[in-house]
Amino acid sequence: MSTRVELHRLDAVVVGGGGAGLAAAVYLARQPGIRTGVISKLYPTRSHTGTAQGGVGAALGNCDPEGDSWEWHMFDTVKGSDYLADQDAVEILCREAIEVVYELEHMGLPFSRTVDGRIAQRRFGGHALNFGEKPSRRACYAADRTGHMILQTLYQQCIRQNVEFYDEYQVVDLLVEENCCKGVVAIEIATGVLHVFQAKAVLFATGGWGRMFEITSNAVTLTGDAPALVWRRGLPLEDMEFFQIHPTGIYKLGILITEGVRGEGGVLRNSEGERFMEVYAPTMKDLASRDVVSRAIYLEVKQGRGIGGKAYVNLDATHLGRELIEEKLPDVADFCRTYIGIDPAIDPMPVQPTAHYAMGGLPTDPDGRLLADADGSIVDGLYAAGECACVSVHGANRLGTNSLLDLLVFGRRAGLHMGVFAAGSDYAALPDDPTGPAIEALERIRNGKGDRAVVIRDEMQAAMTEHVSVFREEPGLAEAVAKIEELRQRFRGVKIDDTSEKFNLDLVEAFELGCLLDCAYATATAARNRTESRGAHYREDFQGRNDQEWLKHTFQKLREGDKVEFSYRQATITRFEPKERVY
Amino acid sequence: MRVRFDIKRYDPEKDEAPYFQNYEVELGETDRVLDGLNEIRWRQDGTLTFRRSCEHGICGSDAMRINGRNRLACKTLIREVGRRVRIEPLLGFPVVRDLVVDQQRFFQDYRSVLPFLVNDDPPPPRERLQSPEARRRFDDTTKCILCAACTTACPSAWGNDSFLGPAAIVQAHRFIFDTRDHATVERLARLAGRCGVWACRTAYNCTMACPREIQVTRAIAEVKRAALLGGP
Repeated sequence: MSTRVELHRLDAVVVGGGGAGLAAAVYLARQPGIRTGVISKLYPTRSHTGTAQGGVGAALGNCDPEGDSWEWHMFDTVKGSDYLADQDAVEILCREAIEVVYELEHMGLPFSRTVDGRIAQRRFGGHALNFGEKPSRRACYAADRTGHMILQTLYQQCIRQNVEFYDEYQVVDLLVEENCCKGVVAIEIATGVLHVFQAKAVLFATGGWGRMFEITSNAVTLTGDAPALVWRRGLPLEDMEFFQIHPTGIYKLGILITEGVRGEGGVLRNSEGERFMEVYAPTMKDLASRDVVSRAIYLEVKQGRGIGGKAYVNLDATHLGRELIEEKLPDVADFCRTYIGIDPAIDPMPVQPTAHYAMGGLPTDPDGRLLADADGSIVDGLYAAGECACVSVHGANRLGTNSLLDLLVFGRRAGLHMGVFAAGSDYAALPDDPTGPAIEALERIRNGKGDRAVVIRDEMQAAMTEHVSVFREEPGLAEAVAKIEELRQRFRGVKIDDTSEKFNLDLVEAFELGCLLDCAYATATAARNRTESRGAHYREDFQGRNDQEWLKHTFQKLREGDKVEFSYRQATITRFEPKERVY
Repeated sequence: MRVRFDIKRYDPEKDEAPYFQNYEVELGETDRVLDGLNEIRWRQDGTLTFRRSCEHGICGSDAMRINGRNRLACKTLIREVGRRVRIEPLLGFPVVRDLVVDQQRFFQDYRSVLPFLVNDDPPPPRERLQSPEARRRFDDTTKCILCAACTTACPSAWGNDSFLGPAAIVQAHRFIFDTRDHATVERLARLAGRCGVWACRTAYNCTMACPREIQVTRAIAEVKRAALLGGP
């Protein structure tokens, strides 16, 4: 491989060009004298934020006569999280929501509008008025391409503010010593050249890792790169057992059909034509939180009421009328026409739950600073935001519209904090051989003689889907952990075909698989460790929520010989005491 | 069914000239062309390289020439292309390797039209108001995913390196017709020259190529009119 190494020195480096990374970059760039670079393995506008459809939550109160309040939003988020979210962080999320959405509008985001010209808002799962009384219109939207418009708007502002971009660079190592971050190492995909980015502050904003499952809404590039690199450096991951399986992916493909369809009045029906969510959630019905709806769909299928005996149900929007669908849900209509040849104004959509969002990830404080342990020690100069981070505002289950909100609020806060931190710090000395470990890892892949990556990936996805999905129990979890351990061993010999320097996708994908295996291992071990059911983590052998023992966050570190060491951090309760969760 | 892929390969480090390589893959009617490319790369030949990410027509990574037309590989089903598929990189840009082209110029042109809202008035405490009608005026061009399918299908762009191309004009349209933007004069000045809208010969290739079904030629015509009238 190329022996050339290029060195860069930047005040702040952002890894990931999606919503969280670009939000941080926008606010970093507003601080004078802070040189900021964004490293992204995709051209930034290709990032997965762009596929978010339904909306971003903020209590603007534009569309309900009762108005709205951030406190109701906070209550819904805490309840949605099954009381595991840290309430101090959720308060920040819901209070600052209003400001960040107005700021986005001022930056140019083309929101859909009400007749009086305000930002249009629609209903979404789990969002209610007056502490759970009835569904609220809180999701601010731009048709069904809200994420696309957020990504475009933030990127546009980065261009205006001359942020430096390193497009199509795959990060391959984190340089951190004694809780002090020094930079990152990345490979320039187009040339194969390694680059060392020395920085005073580094933000990880690499998104999720849904590709550890077979059926997922996630892009093929969502492979948990940052959590894996950080975990390998002996730092902890938080709440990895909580992975959201979204109720409505297109059958077999997993492509997301936004909850906004149900927000606009669409309903789920089983093979009998019954609106079965009336049974599982009498008040919120189809707009119950996602964990509740996904479990309901599984149970309907298990009891023989899947459509045509198959593992899917129907999402019926035929009564909404073509005009509403074309105006408010045009992309959903396009997906249906393109991939399944149906018209949602005439036919119901075949949907099944699809792996969607990681609630857990890199533990941070509300300024995005990475925690080194469950006691809250800080890693100097290292930050995370967006899906790869765990603040924790989503706890055991995230509400729809809160992911876009999370990346905006905490991307902004991280960017602001990094600027101040970088202005007051010097560059830390790089390690003696900054590229040594990265070169070793890449060389091992280039020289492997074992399985092709696809073989290992298929086995990992099968194990995770079978044992670590919506319903979990001990024997299956034990089997999954053993399987992932075996696959991690086999990965050490993974084999690729491509020996080129230029645009070697074979190498990049094998590297990404290694990251996915770390995330899968953390997820399966944490799921096995938590002997209760909460939010998206449902144990058939431990069916109730157990606040006595488990109202706490999981922290896990990777030790010698693939051992996983657990510790815990109490969930922060400020306003809302845990109570039974009914929708 | 067995589908035969004829894929244009080129590695400037190793090959003197581009060549076609054939592969056969077992695929269903509703599989995507991208599924075929993935199968080839994962199980037959890991040296084949291309861009891809979201796999459902939103990220804009996998625009390529499929049976002679610019399309997204993830938004083209096997039943639309049949048992024989010819795949080539987008025309008009240097090839980095196989189906990966160097899009540097494309994004430079994009940046040159001031692709961001300019409004330096102090913002109101809440949102700026905009009627649904005013919002609808530029709805179509907000859909652009910068996949480059239009610009690389445009005969005027093939023949004129300095032409900004349809994608950049679509991006400009999105701001020119936004009532909140204040940079119309500056933006139109950049678009009014020979490298801008007047290089367009209304071939409609751009509209035909757009995977988001944006009425690109119409948007260009609207910018032409704005350039003549001095505003939207």
